[in-house]
Amino acid sequence: MDVLFALLAGVLTAAGVYLLLRRSLVRMLFGVILLSNAVNLVLFAAGRTTRAAPPIIPEGLSAPAGAVANPLPQALILTAIVIGFGLVAFAFVLLYRTYATFGTVDADDLAREPERGEKGDGG
Amino acid sequence: MLLALLFSIGWALAAPLLVRAAGRAAGWVLALGPAALFAGFLAAGGTVGPEASIRETAAWVPTLGVEASFVLDGLSLLFALLVTGLGAVIAVYAGSYLHGHRDLGRFYLLFFAFLSAMLGVVLADNLILLFIFWEGTSLCSYLLVGFKHESTPARTSALQALLVTGAGGLALLAGFLLLGIAGGSFELSVLMERGAAIRSHDLYLPAFLLIALGAFTKSAQVPFHFWLPNAMAAPTPVSAYLHSATMVKAGIYLLARTDPILGGTGLWTWTLAAAGAATMLVGAVGALRHTDLKKVLAYSTITALGTLVVLLGLSYGASIKAAIVFLLVHALYKSALFLVAGSIDHETGTRNVLHLGGLRRAMPLTAAAAVLAGLSMAGLPPLFGFVGKELAYKAKLGVENLGWLLPTIAVTANALTVAAAGILVARPFFGRRRTPDGSQVHEAPLGMWVGPVVIGLVGLAFGLVPGLLYAPVSAAVDAVAGEPVDINLALWYGVNTALYLSLATVALGVAAFAGWTPIRYALLRLRRLSRAGPERAYEAGLDGLFRLAAWQTRFFEGGSVRSYLAATFGVIALAVGGTLLLRGGVSLQPAVLLDGLQALPYETGLVAIVGAAALVAARLRSMLLSITSLGVVGLGLALLFVMMSAPDLAMTQFLVEVLIVVIALGVMQALPLAREVEPRGRRGRDAVLAVAVGATVSMLLLAVLRLPFDATVPQYFLEESVPGGFGRNVVNVILVDFRALDTLGEIAVLAVAAVGAFVVLKLGRPARSRLGPPPVPSVVLRAGARLLLALLVVTSLFMLWRGHNEPGGGFIGGLFAASAVVLYLMAFRQARTERLLRVPPRSALGVGLAVAVGSGLVGVALAGAPFLTGQWVAVGTLKLGTPLLFDVGVFLVVVGFTLTIVLSLERVVAGPPQPPQQPLASPEAAAADRQPARLNGGTTEPAEV
Repeated sequence: MDVLFALLAGVLTAAGVYLLLRRSLVRMLFGVILLSNAVNLVLFAAGRTTRAAPPIIPEGLSAPAGAVANPLPQALILTAIVIGFGLVAFAFVLLYRTYATFGTVDADDLAREPERGEKGDGG
Repeated sequence: MLLALLFSIGWALAAPLLVRAAGRAAGWVLALGPAALFAGFLAAGGTVGPEASIRETAAWVPTLGVEASFVLDGLSLLFALLVTGLGAVIAVYAGSYLHGHRDLGRFYLLFFAFLSAMLGVVLADNLILLFIFWEGTSLCSYLLVGFKHESTPARTSALQALLVTGAGGLALLAGFLLLGIAGGSFELSVLMERGAAIRSHDLYLPAFLLIALGAFTKSAQVPFHFWLPNAMAAPTPVSAYLHSATMVKAGIYLLARTDPILGGTGLWTWTLAAAGAATMLVGAVGALRHTDLKKVLAYSTITALGTLVVLLGLSYGASIKAAIVFLLVHALYKSALFLVAGSIDHETGTRNVLHLGGLRRAMPLTAAAAVLAGLSMAGLPPLFGFVGKELAYKAKLGVENLGWLLPTIAVTANALTVAAAGILVARPFFGRRRTPDGSQVHEAPLGMWVGPVVIGLVGLAFGLVPGLLYAPVSAAVDAVAGEPVDINLALWYGVNTALYLSLATVALGVAAFAGWTPIRYALLRLRRLSRAGPERAYEAGLDGLFRLAAWQTRFFEGGSVRSYLAATFGVIALAVGGTLLLRGGVSLQPAVLLDGLQALPYETGLVAIVGAAALVAARLRSMLLSITSLGVVGLGLALLFVMMSAPDLAMTQFLVEVLIVVIALGVMQALPLAREVEPRGRRGRDAVLAVAVGATVSMLLLAVLRLPFDATVPQYFLEESVPGGFGRNVVNVILVDFRALDTLGEIAVLAVAAVGAFVVLKLGRPARSRLGPPPVPSVVLRAGARLLLALLVVTSLFMLWRGHNEPGGGFIGGLFAASAVVLYLMAFRQARTERLLRVPPRSALGVGLAVAVGSGLVGVALAGAPFLTGQWVAVGTLKLGTPLLFDVGVFLVVVGFTLTIVLSLERVVAGPPQPPQQPLASPEAAAADRQPARLNGGTTEPAEV
């Protein structure tokens, strides 16, 4: 199963990297989403995976009875998912502002015409 | 000597103040400093005999055993007298020449700084110290030549002089280091005793070549001579000082100084003689080509420098004597002529000899000084120049192997120098009277004629009674030769070969002066040749350097974020992936891989679906379908989390996916759906890169999985969760208790991001949805949303409450609550949603952070425990504690973050159509127009953060 996760992480990374290298900022942002998914998966798999044994201690016990899943990567990934959500949401806002200001979301066009930024509306 | 240097530097620093205080008499007052130094060196000179030198040291870098050591022997004394004596004379001159110049203070500061550096060069005993002063002269020269910094040629010339001499300076440093290694010391006085050992050392050749390079660039030897004529853009007093007697002589000084260490070999003699002879000829010919007095002077200086290098190259008693005498001769007549040229320029407004003539009546004193200096330059008796030239001829005649060549070159060069002297003196001062506009010309002021006259008279005195110079010259010659040399100085040595050569020189020179005009035209026609010369190489080199820099900047910093990303990914793939492969970090044995691949069929299927969806998202051109595919990836991962015992992760991932899709679609409404055009080659290249990075990540993970797993930390959390954190959901206990500080940092980031997004959306002009006003949502959705809102909010609170013991918690509860409001927003649009909320969602950010921080402070206040230590109270069987409060803070921040962004986006993207554009709203209009944000364009919107 872990090898399967390793392969899936590779596929997600490859798709994310490919999207990050596109001209459209929208697609670059899609790449960021895929990459953060891939990173979460790497973290998850690196902490080893366990089937059907969540890290929840049964009532009345002070420690789990048998082997349970590793709680540490889960805690890390949980915050990573939320932070990733924050990043993506903020990036979408920036994307929108970029389009509203420059009239394009093409990375190459934006790089070619830096002077348009100075003419842009400062609000 | 240290005292003299410190005094000189202090004088330089005081110069601007003195200029202000002295007013009109600035030149005279400021000359007192160098004059005092001159007197001091003269007094010290009495104690410096042929065998005696004074050495002073001061601790400099004691930990490295480096000392600031100075030595005063015959050679340094002679140079110190020249530097200070001429410094005094020229300081007086400059006071008149630059009278009333607004930067006179700066001029004197630089002038005396240069004087200090030059003194340092000739006094330093330590090689590194010498190098530092040497660079100091280059730097001061840059600032002095570029003194008229408003003029482009002045700046270009200053930079050229700096680059050429600076490059030579670097070679010099390398040479000094090699010399120090070869000789085992950096003290010149020590090295001088080890000359024989150094000359047979392996490092002798590179050390000599590098040091010669430094000396040649400084002393304007071919092919580095071109900077000197260009440096004539400097104010004339600067040229008189730097380009006749001091800076250009620094190279000569260095050669003379290192003669006992490096000199006397065939390499030394041939290199110096060849470079010097070529320089003599180039300078002599160049002098006749120009009509600008200062250019003629510059080229004739080049000739003189060549002569000196030849004489030092011959490196035997008579030639050293000739070199020392000629050095003095040249310093005197050339500085006087520079000053005369400055006076002519000052009084007539031109330096072009073709426009000048017959000035002797108008400027009698200047003319007298010019005649004295000119005769000395031409080498006519009874002036000092005659003594110098006779000695030089004698020295060159005394060389075997070069029986005829050197004297021939010398006669040619000297004859042309005679002609140059004629151009400089006879043309402007004699013959028919000519001035540029026929205006009345007056004698130069006292400050400007006294210097040249004094120098001219000194030249005359030395010519009539050369014995005056016996002591300093013999001391200097001894220092250069490294042993006592028997010398005598006289004006008349009797009839000999040297005298015949002198006569021939004068005859040829007079002829050349008579035929100057045709010669000049002939030389001008040859100018094309000089185009291909070293100056062209310098320009091409500089140009190439700029182009290389521009190319490099374009290459490394092209401004395309895609190139940067591609480079970054390439490095990751090569460095990490390549290393993993090369060093055998991954086991690619099929058995191991197959063993790891064992999974339940539905797991394998899910993984396959997620992977395929990711590839589809990358491949698809349609943005909306890509978003859908991304949703499949995210939801698939959520399912995998469920199967792999991570219910908290699954819930979080699920809710986040939903919210991302909502935000993405909101933004996409406003964005163009144009398909990107991308060449096939580019796509192929990116695909290769992407696969390489993906493979690297896979290999990395496989390599990690091969290592034995250390469960110490997870085990600690599993065992301590209930006893220490009173919670059975270990993941949540980690978040709100064990690692609460991390979580606090993360919610702070969310809060900052929300405020940032709010401001970004508020500012600037909005881009409205392409889709027009949103359609009225269906009745079913509206009815359902109202019901679901209540249900979901209750659920979210339940999630928050139970999170400590069961899957759930602040993050998940917050996302639930936010999703509920987003659903309501879809059904009822923005205005009604804002009414429902009553307070702006961003206030939840602040409240949430305050609750989280406050919960952490409870422990600090009550128990003096570290920040965020959990405090618990038992209410019956129920345990309540600050970590639960902390989770409430998390809940609030997540709700605030999500709703701030979603509502702000909704307001700008899908808000009602804009009123007609108000191009420039005045502040009053904006204040009067305090409408809700949605009725108004962002341009006129007063920010209300």
